Amino acid sequence: MKVRMSKRLIGLLTPIIAVLLGIIVGTIIMLASGYDPVAAYSALWNGAFGEIYYTGEVIRQVTPYILAGLAVAFAFRVGLFNIGVEGQFLVGWLAAVWVGISFDLPKIIHLPLAIIAAAVAGALWAFIPGLLKARLRVHEVIVTIMLNYTALHVSNYIIKNVLTDHKDKTGLVKDSATLRSEWLQGITDYSRLHWGIIVAIICCFIMWFLLERTTRGFELRAVGFNQHAAQYAGMNVNRNIILSMVISGAFAGLAGAMEGLGTFGYVTVKGGFTGVGFDGIAIALLGGNSALGVFFSAILFGALKVGALNMPLEAGVPNELVDIIIALIVFFVASSYIIRKLLDRFGKKEVK
Amino acid sequence: MDYVIEMLNIRKEFNGFVANDNITLQLKKGEIHALLGENGAGKSTLMNVLFGLYQPEQGEIRVKGKPVKITDPNVANDLGIGMVHQHFMLVDVFSVTENIILGREITSKGRIDIKKAEQEVREISERYGLAVDPQAKISDISVGMQQRVEILKTLYRGAEILIFDEPTAVLTPQEIKELIQIMKTLIKEGKSIILITHKLKEIMEVADRCTVIRKGKGIGTVNVSETNPDELARMMVGHDVVFKVDKKPAKPDQNVLEVKDLVVKDSRGVTVVNGLDLDVRAGEIVGIAGVDGNGQSEFIEAITGLRKADSGNVKLNGKDIFNLTPRKVKESGVGHIPQDRHKHGLVLNFPIGENMVLQNYYKQPYSKRGILNFKNIYQQARKLIGEFDVRTPNEYVLARALSGGNQQKAIIGREVDDNPDLLIAAQPTRGLDVGAIEFIHKRLIEQRDNGKAVLLVSFELDEIMNVSDRIAVIYEGKIVAVVDPKETDEQELGLLMAGSSRKKAGESTNV
Repeated sequence: MKVRMSKRLIGLLTPIIAVLLGIIVGTIIMLASGYDPVAAYSALWNGAFGEIYYTGEVIRQVTPYILAGLAVAFAFRVGLFNIGVEGQFLVGWLAAVWVGISFDLPKIIHLPLAIIAAAVAGALWAFIPGLLKARLRVHEVIVTIMLNYTALHVSNYIIKNVLTDHKDKTGLVKDSATLRSEWLQGITDYSRLHWGIIVAIICCFIMWFLLERTTRGFELRAVGFNQHAAQYAGMNVNRNIILSMVISGAFAGLAGAMEGLGTFGYVTVKGGFTGVGFDGIAIALLGGNSALGVFFSAILFGALKVGALNMPLEAGVPNELVDIIIALIVFFVASSYIIRKLLDRFGKKEVK
Repeated sequence: MDYVIEMLNIRKEFNGFVANDNITLQLKKGEIHALLGENGAGKSTLMNVLFGLYQPEQGEIRVKGKPVKITDPNVANDLGIGMVHQHFMLVDVFSVTENIILGREITSKGRIDIKKAEQEVREISERYGLAVDPQAKISDISVGMQQRVEILKTLYRGAEILIFDEPTAVLTPQEIKELIQIMKTLIKEGKSIILITHKLKEIMEVADRCTVIRKGKGIGTVNVSETNPDELARMMVGHDVVFKVDKKPAKPDQNVLEVKDLVVKDSRGVTVVNGLDLDVRAGEIVGIAGVDGNGQSEFIEAITGLRKADSGNVKLNGKDIFNLTPRKVKESGVGHIPQDRHKHGLVLNFPIGENMVLQNYYKQPYSKRGILNFKNIYQQARKLIGEFDVRTPNEYVLARALSGGNQQKAIIGREVDDNPDLLIAAQPTRGLDVGAIEFIHKRLIEQRDNGKAVLLVSFELDEIMNVSDRIAVIYEGKIVAVVDPKETDEQELGLLMAGSSRKKAGESTNV
């Protein structure tokens, strides 16, 4: 009889095995360079979940990660590679803080307005590559990479010259626009946990619902898989390409709002990229570009990122090694083909 | 008896599915041996066993009487077995010679001796009458020429036994004739050929013997001279097959489609449809006959909205549909079975059920206020799967997983179910087996009998002759003649397709 592993199971097992392989190779590297892997991994675990403070910080880190992952995944589902999440994230951050410090409004208006401003800013920033792709077939990868630098330097200029008088940092956003919560901070031993996680979870649901349940999502997915068939079926391919970039950029902009209205409450002049947008690519990849997958892989990346801070302190392992382990996980996910192949062979053996 | 290859009682399973069950195929030296079977009967599996891509569970392979184990394609090559694949394995930007020597380069001091290689390629090409230019770039030569390069590749590697996998599927009628000539030359030069096909006509024309397999089982081997197409078809599908399509005379009514002076350019800006006029009436099937590349594809794309036309007039039931979007054309009452089912017809990564509403997803009852109603979508899918006999485990399977024939049935079901005033069928039976072809022809005629207009484009003259009520011959982007299938023959059509005028063609048939 046929006892082949179901596709779903393989889809689920692949990222888990990728993570395990990353950890195993990380262990070998640590042993080779003279560190105690057991101490290191328990330090990693303690640094992420050992105390309620750390857990609060993990959730805080997971929040923008979810949104950045959704941004990459959404574009990818329509067949576009949005490398510009970092730039859209930066303009979203700037827009949220700008609205947050510039108005005096009741919270019920001000907070949503600041959040929406971030989404709109990110969406507009992503609209440019979307339009160029749809109208002139300019490849979105090139345009989005360039727009990352543009976003970085334009937002630095605005912070220095428009929002402040040649300072490196804006003031805090008004209380009416903040996502921060003393209560949340209180129950997590004064971590920087804020309400943004709710926004991120809602966005996961929105992405799933939009793609899987609406006619618009049907079109977007069809365009992602086969533009010719989509055109044949009467769908407007160009409009869907632009729309997917806009929605992707909106998610990225919201990720920026999480930092601007939640974690920090202000925006600073930056010397370089934050990396959130690029981590989003890895998160989307590990999460298989699905909303639920992104949610879980963002938790993993958030925990690794926050937990890693504890590794030098508790186990004396350098921070760089954690980056290597993360890179290894991404490597094994990217080569998931090999894992699938192994699972396939494994599955066949069981039959015999 | 002198056999060069014997495959004896071969059995091959995949996860419990028996693809080949006790099949025996014996190839004599110097013969063309056809391997006949429907899509999915196990022809490719058997040949992949011979070519070393699969290992059989049971059975024996002998080459020139000696038992061998063919563990991979290199072993097959060394034994003198070469395969001309259906999908060419050529590097587009390389020259003919570079492709042929790939992996077997002649080198001197570490550099490729391209002169010598070209000389060798030219010699082989001349010996077998292939007429291939060794210096031409693959991307510059026709599909027929590319196939010859594939043949040269096997000959260059010293193949004595050539396997042709569905070689005529991609060729024009003219190229098919030339290929048959080449195969005969190869035999004369002492090669042996296995021809995989499901086209009975070709077998009758070129093969010496024929082994038939059905659903993985060997049915038997017959001498072609002692059999006929009916018997072969019966062996292949297991029951009688009607070749002559059974149909009542057409009762054409008023014009449904009226095309006047249509001009369309292709993607390179060359005018490929050049002042085309055509009417299609309700209750008739108009077949467009022509050699590939005479503007058929662009003509269909232009009237269905997939390509912008430059000028002209296209009316459907008297209403202007010139250069409307595909959706507007569809909503005006046009159904379109596209030429390339993988490129246009289906989203292969969507479940077959969702493909069934690919154009209607935005309408009730499949969605309401922008929200999809999967219950109704899959209900419709089940209905069409049942009505059109789409063989699939269920409606949630990805379209990719279905066989070509079943994919095509799904598309036809979808298009016919909308009951369009005009149904355009472009190459609706390409690559399908006899059973599926029969089914599709019946459906097209049913549409006609229901008073709808049908426009059929096909490169298969048999299909055009059998199914159409009127035949419009297209040549260099123009309809050059409209003929009655009852009053014409393949020869006249062939001449018209090659650009002779009606009168001359008529004269020459009278000679």
